[in-house]
Amino acid sequence: MTDGVLGQLAADFALLSLIAVGGAVPVLPEMQRMVVDNHGWMSASTFASLFALAQAAPGPNVLVVSLIGWQVAGLAGAAVATVAMITPSSLLTYAVAAAWERFRDARWRKAIQRGLAPVTIGLMAGAAYLLTRAADQNLAAYALTAFVAFVVVLTRVHPLWLIAFGALLGFGGVV
Amino acid sequence: MNRSTQPPTPRALFTGFLGIGVSGFGGVMPWARRLLVEERRWLTADEFTDVVSLCQFLPGPNIVNVAVAVGARFVGARGALAALAGLMIAPFAIVIVLGALYTTYGHLPDVAAAFRGIASAAAGLVVAMAVKMARAGITRWTAVIVAAAAFAGIGLLRLPLFTVLAVLAPVSVLLAWRRVR
Repeated sequence: MTDGVLGQLAADFALLSLIAVGGAVPVLPEMQRMVVDNHGWMSASTFASLFALAQAAPGPNVLVVSLIGWQVAGLAGAAVATVAMITPSSLLTYAVAAAWERFRDARWRKAIQRGLAPVTIGLMAGAAYLLTRAADQNLAAYALTAFVAFVVVLTRVHPLWLIAFGALLGFGGVV
Repeated sequence: MNRSTQPPTPRALFTGFLGIGVSGFGGVMPWARRLLVEERRWLTADEFTDVVSLCQFLPGPNIVNVAVAVGARFVGARGALAALAGLMIAPFAIVIVLGALYTTYGHLPDVAAAFRGIASAAAGLVVAMAVKMARAGITRWTAVIVAAAAFAGIGLLRLPLFTVLAVLAPVSVLLAWRRVR
């Protein structure tokens, strides 16, 4: 049973690693589809909580993958999911980095990068939409999400303060 | 700013990226720049920009790719592994401790309530990331259509990412092909 789950985690995240355009956050919807919709390993609100936990910790955003693995299969799950998520793309980077000079200015390279940019933006909007739906259970919660978004877009307030503010409102029973 | 004449050792790469890993909240790239360019001077500002554009071009977590590319540049595979391990090891340990605490105490009513608020705030952070990216990157109507299609496919229809990319990436890249030289 556990071996099957670990194998599934490894296979899913290894594939995701190679199609993760723009990094970990734009592919959150795909992670949610995998672990919530396909496998039923957790609820959407647990998924949103794990992402929130990853945001509240220092380090790369990709660590949400470690927490998903942790939730599914403990320490082994965390290790397997993390290694699977970073190994294929790291091998690709290692292989391509040496040849980068040769195609850095190539027309096809620029076309791919510029072409993928609006796709990534759409994925990011999808991630924002799905996380909001998963996290917010009442009108006050939607207001909090909107408030945080406004503050981050318009000011330079550190995100940790906003996370702490959210924790306070949650603790106080406001959202 | 000039580059340091001494190339970093695997040990230096490990400790350097260890510092980067624990520095940033919600994205560590600015810290990577500060350490690699300003403090250790392993890369010039231009070289750093170049490495970042490589790593944004490739799939996978960008900062992880940066660690691999920078490590490989100086010490080959050993350097890549040292930088990668340095970047991941401390944050991984920290999230596992947090994950264990969440597993143990997450069901307590007060903790669960606080988490509802944290999750709503974290969703707001992603909304802000999307807005910032859209403001910087959506400059023509074809981009609006592509982004809207990606949003609908992934967010509303819940299609597999692979399907969405297989349809939209070629179209969008072809559209971009006509504009670049």
